[in-house]
Amino acid sequence: MSAAAQAAPVAAPRARNAISGMQRRRRRTAWLFLSPMLLVLALVAGWPLLRTVYFAFTDATLFDIAFHELVGAQNFAFLASDPDWWAAVRNTLIFATASVAIETLLGLVIALTLNARLRGRGPLRAAMLIPWAIPTVVSAQMWGWMLHDQYGVINAVLLSLGVIATPWAWVADPSLALWSVVAVDVWKTTPFMALLILAALQLVPRDVYEAARIDGLGPVGIFVRITLPLIRPALMVAVLFRALDALRVFDLMYVLTGNSPSTASMSVYARQQLVDFQDVGMGSAAATFLALVVAASAALIIVAGRVRFDTAGR
Amino acid sequence: MPRPLRRAMGRLGLWLLVAVIVVYTVFPFYWAIVSSLKGGQALFGTELLPRDPQWSNYAELFRQQPFGRNILNSVFVAGSVVLVSLVLASGAAYALGRIRFRGRVPLLMVILSVSMFPQVAVLSGMFELIRWLGLYNNLLGLTLSYLIFTLPFTVWVLTTFMRELPQELEEAAMVDGATPFVTITRVFLPLMAPAMATAGLLAFIAAWNEFLFALTFTLTNEMRTVPVAIALISGASAFELPWGRIMAASVIVTVPLILLVLVFQRRIVEGLTAGAVKG
Repeated sequence: MSAAAQAAPVAAPRARNAISGMQRRRRRTAWLFLSPMLLVLALVAGWPLLRTVYFAFTDATLFDIAFHELVGAQNFAFLASDPDWWAAVRNTLIFATASVAIETLLGLVIALTLNARLRGRGPLRAAMLIPWAIPTVVSAQMWGWMLHDQYGVINAVLLSLGVIATPWAWVADPSLALWSVVAVDVWKTTPFMALLILAALQLVPRDVYEAARIDGLGPVGIFVRITLPLIRPALMVAVLFRALDALRVFDLMYVLTGNSPSTASMSVYARQQLVDFQDVGMGSAAATFLALVVAASAALIIVAGRVRFDTAGR
Repeated sequence: MPRPLRRAMGRLGLWLLVAVIVVYTVFPFYWAIVSSLKGGQALFGTELLPRDPQWSNYAELFRQQPFGRNILNSVFVAGSVVLVSLVLASGAAYALGRIRFRGRVPLLMVILSVSMFPQVAVLSGMFELIRWLGLYNNLLGLTLSYLIFTLPFTVWVLTTFMRELPQELEEAAMVDGATPFVTITRVFLPLMAPAMATAGLLAFIAAWNEFLFALTFTLTNEMRTVPVAIALISGASAFELPWGRIMAASVIVTVPLILLVLVFQRRIVEGLTAGAVKG
């Protein structure tokens, strides 16, 4: 392209024609190469999503999904009158807010620690990837065992330290269970957060810190005035991704506490309606509502956090 | 406090913090390994090292259920979905990363939002689709449905990498009269190999760990993938979970992942930061 542009003054019209012809061909090529991916995505994402929204307004059952009638907003009315649903909404919002807040703070602490000039940062980073790589189901089972009320190692340690007098039922006690789920999620996802923040920290040039130190800023001042503003864009993207991930949580609750209403998330509720109660209409209505909550949260975080994606190209 | 002493204290504090972080991240998995090697009553004790390590939990695991088959299922599903995703995504990434056309940025945003979408929001539509295709309780149904999260992700990572490659490469190929197809297969693919390895690895891990679809779209023990098998391990009664066997299963599925992570950690961190955050 640059060669053609240089030749422009000599033979302007022909060169322009050649360029636009080539560009047209390249654009056609682009769509040609995109089409298989877009077709598959439309099949596995677009179509099922549309059908789910449609089913939300029907009385379809899993027994015979094809045989159904439109029932208007009836499913949503049922949903609004079901206390279990509102418990699920509350659980999901508490879980997402608490886990993302704790993960961000802990992730910042860990990332700042690892960003200090340390020997053996490689092995450390590898150790941090372990919780990230472990399947959620496995981490739920591992923690379920550690949090076991009779034989769990956590009760054993806390009892021997005298922190608690009698074993706590971390997972079975409805007032504790949701916080246990948050704790497991924090364990699994904080390292991921820390690695993303660390990657952003490593892009901050060292001489900025030197300059700040010469200007007499203390460690806290440096963090608040220099580090935080510089890593803020990356931090906000990480928070956005984690928040959207937390809002759709399913595996953790399902494996740790089953369908128990004291921890059930909106995803757990929707799947219970759909599969266990065979009620496709209700399940779809709950799922549609969750999708709206996720979309609204995304919009809120993007606007409030002034998130920018690097899609504009260079 | 004299300066050297203060520095030493700071150093010590730092290392203490590091030690706490390592224990926090590594201990739960260590405890799973230890528990999986304890037989009988020892399981309910709290020794940090099993006094009399046994493999009985592992033997029991394969005897009580088709766990070997479950592992093969997971390998098949994750492997096939990675393969399909990489093929579809490399062409798409070429278009998105190398060609400027109208609608490119909105398209990227749509792809990103698909990857962030709650899986349960497509569950009933996907159920209908899978039944209609006759893929219920079939591993191919899982391969198909997993594309919803592996495909946007691989497209995103490959596009990011594709954009970094120098313009001159493509120009040289074009001057030589190469078609776009030849340019991709001969020029870009060899250069993209590391990025494809990263994207493939991350997609493999995501598919290996997936639970909701696998739980919903399979019915029989023989068709289950590993996460579902582990979640549904049960003992003689609902109140007596065979924790030793559950821990053994957890160790088996996690060890390969941890080995992969240790070998490719630099690559994984690169892929994650490219996929999620571009500083």
